[in-house]
Amino acid sequence: MENMVNVYLFGKKYSVPDNLTIMRAMEYAGYQLVRGCGCRNGFCGACATIYRIKGDTTLRTCLACQTKVENDMYIATLPFFPLVKQVYDIEKVKPTEQIMMQLYPEIYACVGCNACTKACTQSLNVMQYIAYAQRGEFDKCAEESFDCVMCGCCSARCPAGISHPQVAMLARRLNGKYLAPATEHLENRVKEIENGTFTELIEALMGKPVEELKELYNNREIEK
Amino acid sequence: MYGKEFEESLKAVAAARDANIAYEPARMTAKEKEDLLAAYHPDYKKSEFRELRVGANKGEALPHELCDMLEAKSRIKAEDIDLDHPTYDVDVLIIGGGGAGSSAAIEADNAGAKVMIVTKLRIGDANTMMAEGGIQAADKPNDSPAIHFLDAYGGGHFAAKRDLLAKLVTSAPDAILWLNKLGVEFDKAPDGTMITTHGGGTSRKRMHAAKDYSGAEIMRTLRDEVLNRGIPVIEFTSAIELILDENGKAAGAVLMNMETKEIMVARAKTVIIATGGAGRMHYQGFPTSNHYGATADGLVLGYRVGAKLLYADTLQYHPTGAAYPQQIFGALVTEKVRSLGAKLVNRDGKVFMHPLETRDVAAASIIRECSDHAEGVDTGDGLAVWLDTPMIEKIGGEGTIEKRIPAMMRMFASFGIDIRKEPILVYPTLHYQNGGLDINVDGETTNVKNLFVAGEAVGGIHGRNRLMGNSLLDIIVFGRSAGKNAAAKAKETEVGKLTLSHIAKFDAERDAAGIETNLVSPKLLPDYARKFN
Repeated sequence: MENMVNVYLFGKKYSVPDNLTIMRAMEYAGYQLVRGCGCRNGFCGACATIYRIKGDTTLRTCLACQTKVENDMYIATLPFFPLVKQVYDIEKVKPTEQIMMQLYPEIYACVGCNACTKACTQSLNVMQYIAYAQRGEFDKCAEESFDCVMCGCCSARCPAGISHPQVAMLARRLNGKYLAPATEHLENRVKEIENGTFTELIEALMGKPVEELKELYNNREIEK
Repeated sequence: MYGKEFEESLKAVAAARDANIAYEPARMTAKEKEDLLAAYHPDYKKSEFRELRVGANKGEALPHELCDMLEAKSRIKAEDIDLDHPTYDVDVLIIGGGGAGSSAAIEADNAGAKVMIVTKLRIGDANTMMAEGGIQAADKPNDSPAIHFLDAYGGGHFAAKRDLLAKLVTSAPDAILWLNKLGVEFDKAPDGTMITTHGGGTSRKRMHAAKDYSGAEIMRTLRDEVLNRGIPVIEFTSAIELILDENGKAAGAVLMNMETKEIMVARAKTVIIATGGAGRMHYQGFPTSNHYGATADGLVLGYRVGAKLLYADTLQYHPTGAAYPQQIFGALVTEKVRSLGAKLVNRDGKVFMHPLETRDVAAASIIRECSDHAEGVDTGDGLAVWLDTPMIEKIGGEGTIEKRIPAMMRMFASFGIDIRKEPILVYPTLHYQNGGLDINVDGETTNVKNLFVAGEAVGGIHGRNRLMGNSLLDIIVFGRSAGKNAAAKAKETEVGKLTLSHIAKFDAERDAAGIETNLVSPKLLPDYARKFN
């Protein structure tokens, strides 16, 4: 026999098995989801959810697909949050402090309340990565924010109106493109291919009968 | 948190750990693999397939669930649709907002085309976002596109279309460079050298990664770029029927708002299907690692206007889906876990296979271990084998798991399992649609003009099995290529009068075959809501 718990979906009470995630509990209650459901595996941030346990004043945030229901859980999903996404030309921007001041000046209005960090569904140190962004330390901001799924829970709780996931997105692109070291062996290989270095090899393989390719495949050397 | 019922088996696994790390299991011979697949791989289970009775692939045996959708009725009646006043009129219409669709959009935009993406959920709600392990490219000095070709061709059972595969491997390094220049972060050594690992079936370490968020890192960057360029993205809007023009060329799609059900028409000079995979069809009742919208829509849309399918009978079951706890049943446990050294171990703590066999072989081997070998662990919801994650910390040093596979660590930690200290339970999960629409090397379908396909909806790039890391690669390579080619084709295209006459033609064929069905397609979303009446 399944153990049942009471949950309140948008305030309405439902009895659901206690081993379900919030997302599955909504479906158990009869919802056919369109909004607020994406990868169902904790990677896409579509199912940002706010909840409170009866009797507790703390407002909690989570991903509905990664969180088990609890008894007396009051649940509201947040399928869309109006983040501010500034547009820019990645070829023209420079990885300096200037760019944050220009595109996301509100980050300098951070009051240090740390509500963003407390709200993070990925347990990231959000306020810290915003601090890195303020100082133009985009490599650190990129590393600290790397696991962000852009669900927007941080921004929903921010009194300064910061769109943290978008700030981090910009920092990661700046880091990936301009700050992280370039890869020489990659650039060399692209040039070799353009120069036709491998054309003959590939064409020779493509022209071989299957039996011969099987031989080659089954006896190929495998790097340890 | 493992219950008491797992205690004995966990002890056996822990006791054998050091010996298992040192032990190098033999790889299977070609014959052993062949026999194993025939006996245990789901693709070989005849009762799960039936003959398709209509369309370009009539007579082929395909999964029941796919046959049902391919033979089903249109969601619309042609006479209800006003084709003379389209809501949208563009050069290139892209159906699907995943990695392939976004790559295509960026390149079509680069080429100066007026491009638009329609997607039934949000841009980025796609299997791309969930790809964890990495992306292949032969860019190291000891590697070459030719070796990559051989690995993929053999791994796909010598069935790939050779020209498509050659394009995949020779465009791979440029795809990585393109992503890196867009700002995608890759795991690199301080001197810029890519940190690369093996995947199942690779003969060189050519798996590039961004921790175990490789797909997410690629997808969010592509999405950001699409938005920076101001490319229109029409979200929560699905394509439910393709539109041809009077000359039989693809010329747009009928669209439906997923929330309001409003019907609209998009007219286009060329169309790119980038709708992704089919895990949510739950073939053979398997759970899936796929995102919510993976319902083979593109195959249905293309098939109804006459496009051919290739290898639609072959699916990839990822050997390591999470089997416990029940809340994450079927979720992907990235192959990178095995790349980093974790081995597959049975109930008694015995390593039963080389951890880096190709996915189909690994899946079949696990199924055999749990069935005929009776060496599976009973999870309460089914059988499973152990994937001994603590090996990774012993081999790579403490902290390796947190640094290289943080998403896996987080997923299991949410449910009280510390994968640094305890192994995890896995069983195959429906992961990838090997087959799809048949295309030429330019990405255009072989028999419907101006209809392009990219990404998981394509069949033939990989053959009958796909190697880890070649899918993230194919969405970029073939997405970019489809975008460029569709933009070029749009320039020379004059759209004729629009028509939906293919619906009546398909209906007539269905009637002639004596098929009675109330189903409509494409499926759009799975239905998981509990039913009360």
